[in-house]
Amino acid sequence: MSQTVLTVDDSRTMREMLRAALDTAGFRVIQAEDGVDGLDRLEEEMPDVIITDINMPRLDGFGFIESVRGDERYRGVPILVLTTESEPAKKMRARDAGATGWIVKPFDPERLVDAVRRVSAAG
Amino acid sequence: MNEANQTVTGGKELISFRIGEQEFCVDIMAVREIRGWTPATPLPQSPSYVRGIINLRGAVLPVVDLAARLGLGAADPSDRHVIIVARIGERWVGLLVDAVSDILAASEEAIQPAPDVACDTVRKFVRGVLPVEGRMISLISLDHLLPEKEAEAA
Amino acid sequence: MDPMESIKATFFLECEELLGDLEAGLMALENGEGDDETVNAIFRAVHSVKGGAGAFGLDDLVRFAHVFETALDRMRSGQIAAAGDAVKLMLRAADVLADLVQTARDGGPGVEQQRSMAIAAELEALSEGRDPAPANADGELAIDTVPDDAGIDGLDFTPQTVSLDLPADLEAAAPAPVGWRIRFRPNTDLYAKANDAAFLLRELEGLGECQVTPDLSGLPAFDDLDPEVSHLAWEIELSGECSEAAIREVFEFAEGDCELEIAQLDHHAGSAALPPGPDPAGPEISLSDANAELMAELPGPVAAPVASDKPAKPQAQPASATAPAQATIRVELDRVDRLIDLVGELVINQAMLAQRASESDLGRSNGVSMALDDLEQLTREIQDSCMAIRAQPVKSVFQRMPRLLREIAAMTGKQVRLVTEGEGTEVDKTVIERLTEPLTHMVRNAVDHGLETPGERKGAGKPEEGTVRLSAVHRSGRIVIEVADDGRGINRERVRQKAVDRGLIDASAALSDEEVDNLIFHPGFSTADQVSDISGRGVGMDVVKRSIQALGGRISISSRPGEGSVFTLSLPLTLAVLDGMVVTCAGETLVAPLTAIVETLKPRPEDLEKFGPQGRLLKVRDTYVPLIDVGVRLGWRTSGTDPAQCVVLLVETESGGRAALLVDAIQGQRQVVIKSLEANYQRVDGVAAATILGDGRVALILDIDAVISSRRAPPPTGQASLAKAS
Repeated sequence: MSQTVLTVDDSRTMREMLRAALDTAGFRVIQAEDGVDGLDRLEEEMPDVIITDINMPRLDGFGFIESVRGDERYRGVPILVLTTESEPAKKMRARDAGATGWIVKPFDPERLVDAVRRVSAAG
Repeated sequence: MNEANQTVTGGKELISFRIGEQEFCVDIMAVREIRGWTPATPLPQSPSYVRGIINLRGAVLPVVDLAARLGLGAADPSDRHVIIVARIGERWVGLLVDAVSDILAASEEAIQPAPDVACDTVRKFVRGVLPVEGRMISLISLDHLLPEKEAEAA
Repeated sequence: MDPMESIKATFFLECEELLGDLEAGLMALENGEGDDETVNAIFRAVHSVKGGAGAFGLDDLVRFAHVFETALDRMRSGQIAAAGDAVKLMLRAADVLADLVQTARDGGPGVEQQRSMAIAAELEALSEGRDPAPANADGELAIDTVPDDAGIDGLDFTPQTVSLDLPADLEAAAPAPVGWRIRFRPNTDLYAKANDAAFLLRELEGLGECQVTPDLSGLPAFDDLDPEVSHLAWEIELSGECSEAAIREVFEFAEGDCELEIAQLDHHAGSAALPPGPDPAGPEISLSDANAELMAELPGPVAAPVASDKPAKPQAQPASATAPAQATIRVELDRVDRLIDLVGELVINQAMLAQRASESDLGRSNGVSMALDDLEQLTREIQDSCMAIRAQPVKSVFQRMPRLLREIAAMTGKQVRLVTEGEGTEVDKTVIERLTEPLTHMVRNAVDHGLETPGERKGAGKPEEGTVRLSAVHRSGRIVIEVADDGRGINRERVRQKAVDRGLIDASAALSDEEVDNLIFHPGFSTADQVSDISGRGVGMDVVKRSIQALGGRISISSRPGEGSVFTLSLPLTLAVLDGMVVTCAGETLVAPLTAIVETLKPRPEDLEKFGPQGRLLKVRDTYVPLIDVGVRLGWRTSGTDPAQCVVLLVETESGGRAALLVDAIQGQRQVVIKSLEANYQRVDGVAAATILGDGRVALILDIDAVISSRRAPPPTGQASLAKAS
C-alpha cells in the first residue's frame, strides 16, 4: 500500500509542486491549506509523513507541529518542515517544536522524495 | 432511396428537396435535422426571405425561405412544409422548403457546373447540377444564403 | 499540458491573488486599520511569491521579493513601524513586484531596471534603518550584495538542498574507497521528533554494505526500562565508496539529537581510527536482521498510537485571523456555461409545462398544480444557484484601483485616498470583466477632473488630501456601484458653455441642473480645458456610458458644486436572465426590460397630440413625451392603431430621455432567459436579444434605446443646433 503524505501549505503553487513530486514517486497525497486545516485533516486521515510550511495564516507551522506532537495519536508521525529560511534560528525553532527534518525551498523533487523516504517506512 | 446512385464510392451524400416544381439538394454533412414547419417570430428590418426566428431546443435559429431567396416567390408555409436545419459556417439556420424527397449519393464528377445563365440568384446559390434518373437537381451552396453580415449596420 | 507548465500557470494565478492581498493589506495599514495579522499576511504574500518564483527560477522576481520580504520581516518584528512612509514605500514596492510578476508571466520588456533597483535600495535602507543610498550616475545601486550573499537567505537562490553546517571542503571531498566506522547513539529527543534510528540505519545501507552492531550496554534492567527513553546505540561498519558528507547527510535531521562519531576505517588493519567503543554486547548481525529484531523485540521509545479523547486543540492565532478557508474546486468555464444553458432550457420547459397544464385544465387538479408550483420554485432555485457559480466578488476590479490612483496622484500632484466598500459584492464574471475599463476611466476622471489640487483644496477649507470612494451594493436584483469624490463638483457654467460651443444645446435652452450634469455623457464632451495625459481626449464619459449600457446597465451622476460628484452605475447581476414585461403587439409577443419601464398607463384620447407630419406626443401629467407605436417601429404593421385601444409603457432611456411605447396589451412580468440573436443570425436594430416563452415560441426583447433613438422626436431643446453643428 502506498504511503500517505499530508502537505500543509497556504500556497497553492507549493501544494501543487509537492503533489506533482510526491505523486510521481508513488505517494498518496492529501492537502491542507494551513495549520488549522491540517489538524482537521488529521481527524480524518492518518498520514505516514507530514510536510508543512512555516508561514501560514490561522495556525503557522510551529503551532501546527506543536499541536501534532501534543496529540498522542500523531506524535509518532514524522514531520518535515518546508523552509526558505535557512537561518538556524527558524530551523531550530521548528525542531524544538518537534519537526523531524526540513526541506529547503525551492526543492528539487528527488531531494524532496529522498527526505520523505529518509523519515518514513517507505524504503 | 435512390438506388441508381448508391454504388458510387468516394462521393458525397446529398439531401434533395422540392420547392414548387424544381428539385434542389444540399450536402448531407451540413444538415443536422429536418423538422416540421412551426411559425417563426418575424424580425424587424430583415429581408423578406428571412421568415423570422424559431426555437430549436433552446437555441434561436433564423429561418430562410429558400423559395424567396432563390427568387421563386415567397412560400406560403403550411403543416406540410419542412425546415431543414443546416450549418452555415459557425451558424445554424433553418431552410424552409416544400418537402424533402430523397437522399442521394453522388460522386464529385457527377456534379456538373451550373450552366452559365444570366440570373444572379442562380450564379450565387447554385453550385452545380446533378442529373438523376432523367431529372435535374440543383446543388445549393449555402454560403451566401444569409444576408450579408451587418451590411447596413452603423 | 506539461505538469510544470500547469503549475506555473497556477503560480501566476496565485500571484494575482497574493498581490491583491498584499495591496489590500498595505492599504489597511496606510489607513491605520491593520494589526499584527495584517502585517503577517502581507509578509506571507511576498514570501509565497518568492517561494514560487524560486521554484521556477524567476531570478529577478526572487531577488526583489527577497529584499521586500526582508523589510517586511523587520516590520513584522516591530523594528519598522507599520505606518507612514514605510508603508508608502511598500506600496510602491508592491507595484514593482506586480510588474515583475507580469514580466515573468508575459515576457516582453522588463520592468525598468532602474526603478526596481531604486525601490529595492530604499527597502534595504529601510531594513537597515538608514537613509536610502543615492543612486549613482549609472543608476547602479548597492543592492547586488543581496543575491549572492549567503548570509541571510542566500541558499534560497540555489535550487537544491544544501546541507548547512558542513565545511565546504567536506562536500567537495572525493569519495574515499575505504570504509567508515560510525558510532551512533540517539538521544530521546530524536524519537520525540518522530525520527527513527531504524530508518537512519536503512538509509546508511543505501550507501554501502553495513555491518551493524547494536550496543545494548545502556539498556537498563527490564523493570527500570522506560519506553520513552532511548537506551540503544549502534556501531556500524560501512564499506563502500561514499563520502563523509553523504553519511552526515543521512544523519542531517538527527543532528543535535544524537551522538555521532564518524571515522575512516583503516583500510589495511581493518580497524577504525576511532577509539574503541564499549564492548559490543551482541554478535554482529546484518542490518535487515537487526532491523527486524529490534523492531520486533524492543518497543521503540515512541509509544504506540494511543487513542486519545482529547485531541490537540489548535492554538489558533488571534482574532483578525482570516475566515476559515473554504474548499474550492476549479472548473472550466465551458462546463459552467453549458450547465447554465441547460438550466435555461429547464426554465423554459417548466414554463411550457405549466402553460400546457393550465390550458388543459390539469392545473385545476390540486396535486398537479401544487407539484407544478414546487417545480417552478425548484427550477428558480437551481437557476439562481447556477448563476451564483459564475458570480464573483467585485474585489478583483476594485483591487486594480489603488495602484491606478497612486499613479494618477503622482502624475497630477494631487493627494488622494481611496476608500472601498462592499468589495465582496458578487456579480457575474462577464460583468466584472467588462466593468474594469469603464470603472478605471471613472476613477481616473474622478482624480483628474473631480479633485482639486492640494493648494486649491486648502484654499477652499478642505483637507489637502482628497477622497475617492468606490462602493458596491446589491439593490433590487442589481448591483449598484458608486464612484464618489469630494472634489469641486461639476462646473455647470462651464459644462453648459462647452455644450453650447459644441452645438449640443441651444444657448437659450433652459436645462435643469441634472440635465446639465448629464451633458457630460454626450459623445465627444470633455470638460478638461487642456487635453491631459491622463484622461486624454476623445475617450469621454460617453464611451463609459456606452460600455455600461452594453452590459444592460445605467449610469447617472449627481453633483454638488464644491462638494464633489457621485457617479452611480446600476448593472444586472447576470447577463443570462432579465426581468421583463411581456406584451403583445401586432399579434406578436415582445419583452420589454423592466428596468427601463417607469410606469404603464392607458392613454386617454385627450392626452394625445399630433406633432409634425407623423409624430404624436402623449401628455403624461404635465410633460409631453414622444409616442412610438412599437408595431410600426418594428415594421409589423404600417399604420398606427387607435391608441385608446392600446397600452402605453412609459420608458426611460439610458440618457434619461423618456418616451411612450404603444403596445396592444400587457401579459405580465416574468424573468426570461436571454438568447443571443447573433449566435446564429446577426444584430437586429431595435432588438436587444430573444427569449423563449412558455409556449415554446421565440419572443424578441426590445432594445428600448434603439427603438426610441431611430425614431427620435426632437427633445425640447438642442436637436436643431446639433444638426447645425454637424
